[in-house]
Amino acid sequence: MRYVQPVVAIALVVLLLGVPFWLVVVTAGKSQSEALNPNLSTPSHWHLWDNFSTVFQEGHMTPAFFGSLLIMIPAVAGVLVLGAMASWVLARRKSRTIAFVYALAISGLVLPPAVVTIVLLLRQLGLAGTALGMIGVYMGMYMSTVIFFVTGFVRTIPLELEEAARVDGASPPRVFFRIILPLLGPTISTATILICLYIWNDVFYALFVIGGRIDTLPLNLYQVASAGLYLNNWHLIFAYIILMSLPLLVTFGLLQRRIISGVTSGAVK
Amino acid sequence: MTTTQLTRAEAAPPRTVARAGRTVRHRQDHPAWFLVPALAVLLVFFFVPTIYNFVYAFTNWSSFHAAISFVGIDNFKDLFTNGSLLKDLRITLVYAVLVAIFQNLFGLVLALVLERDTMINRFARVAFFVPVVMSALAVGYIFQALLKPQGGLNEILGFFLRHDVEVAWLGSTTWTIVVVALIHAWKWMGLSMLIYLAGLKTISEDVLEASRLDGAGWWTTFREIRFPLLAPAITFNVATALLGSMNGFDIVQATTGGGPGGTTELLNIFIFRTFGQGLFAQATTMSLALFAMVAILAFPVIRILRKREAVL
Repeated sequence: MRYVQPVVAIALVVLLLGVPFWLVVVTAGKSQSEALNPNLSTPSHWHLWDNFSTVFQEGHMTPAFFGSLLIMIPAVAGVLVLGAMASWVLARRKSRTIAFVYALAISGLVLPPAVVTIVLLLRQLGLAGTALGMIGVYMGMYMSTVIFFVTGFVRTIPLELEEAARVDGASPPRVFFRIILPLLGPTISTATILICLYIWNDVFYALFVIGGRIDTLPLNLYQVASAGLYLNNWHLIFAYIILMSLPLLVTFGLLQRRIISGVTSGAVK
Repeated sequence: MTTTQLTRAEAAPPRTVARAGRTVRHRQDHPAWFLVPALAVLLVFFFVPTIYNFVYAFTNWSSFHAAISFVGIDNFKDLFTNGSLLKDLRITLVYAVLVAIFQNLFGLVLALVLERDTMINRFARVAFFVPVVMSALAVGYIFQALLKPQGGLNEILGFFLRHDVEVAWLGSTTWTIVVVALIHAWKWMGLSMLIYLAGLKTISEDVLEASRLDGAGWWTTFREIRFPLLAPAITFNVATALLGSMNGFDIVQATTGGGPGGTTELLNIFIFRTFGQGLFAQATTMSLALFAMVAILAFPVIRILRKREAVL
């Protein structure tokens, strides 16, 4: 068992991860004629940098990268601050009304967003195809997740901590922003990681709300691939996938320990 | 979560004057206006569109009509008679169940293999989390290329079997749904693995020691002690896998686009396609069907899993 386990572990990594990722790298390095039928052979000449610069231009990667950031940062910051504010009151006040509001507020954990009628609503609000509309949609989608995580955590913070500040005459906003919010660090970082992942990689809701109007990395991958599959440009699709995954992989590489412990801490009681 | 909430709520009504005074002060300490911005966002961007679902599914809203008017249950009738309503509901359900099974099976096996804290295992855990971080759309395209008749998987199989293999993995009207579910499970198995690893770690060393002293082997210890104690992790993993795959889109869109012959057409793929054709009311009707399916299935499933936890 001592000797079998490491062999099994390495074999699993090579077969389950090595093969798909090898395919991506070698295909992204091929010329169009070689990549027509993507296979596991190495390219006769490496064209990796040429392909990178082609997709970087044709896939509008710079605007797409900033488009993704422009939507993700306000959405995540907004949903966390507003969600945490609500969670504080939901965790501390006890009444039937509050219990009902809480149940309603976390229903979005389970229920799917009404993606078609969201578009109609955004048109009525004059937000169709705008970054603001997309930010609002993401905030609405992930508010329940934040409220669920943070309310549970606030309940574990002793009330005495707030009382002490209140005796000193601190107003509720001051108590919240000075005492409670700084204590929420661990849960907030878990929620941040999860929601960032979902928003950064989302293409489904983006296709409905901002498709064709604003560039984001997944939306442009969808365009590059839809055109590329027709022309069998597998080398360009995979070059785009590598470039698009780099920011995420670098972030993940730097923060992997915190990300992994953050993700698991919320799930198992 | 909800049950503790309710018992606390029942205990809330103040019985004495002193308690009443405390409650009033409590209210001022935690003002209701803190709830307003979050609830406003939820109302506008979540609840109103959901309510719209129940309205516009009964209209002829489309890019072909200038005005929207009510048509009763015509959309449901159309989708029912052309078979797509029941077919897509069935496909989505099959997909969700398959993903839940595969994702949990792979996650649990990985967790058990990589349980010990060695250097190789730590590296492997991080590696298996990479697909979780990646875009699902990108994962779909990777597997579309890998699973082509002349693709990488057949190359490998051909090498080991010593003859040419040309299976069209994404071309079967029966089995492709299983293949796309496997891809979905591949993308998310790293997350399930981490949850199971965390669950395994919470099991006290004393319990395992006791079972070892009683002469239980690895398999008996796993079946009788560790697996039952993993109940909370199983609840979380099964629930998230079911919910995630019922809302699935990216992976299937990128691998099969709903084909072959519509046999992998999840509800969200139908919604996206009909929306693109300008048939907004039909897309809304399907969106309502998805809402109903999730609402009907999710709550009982979560309750059953929770109850199993409570028994243990």
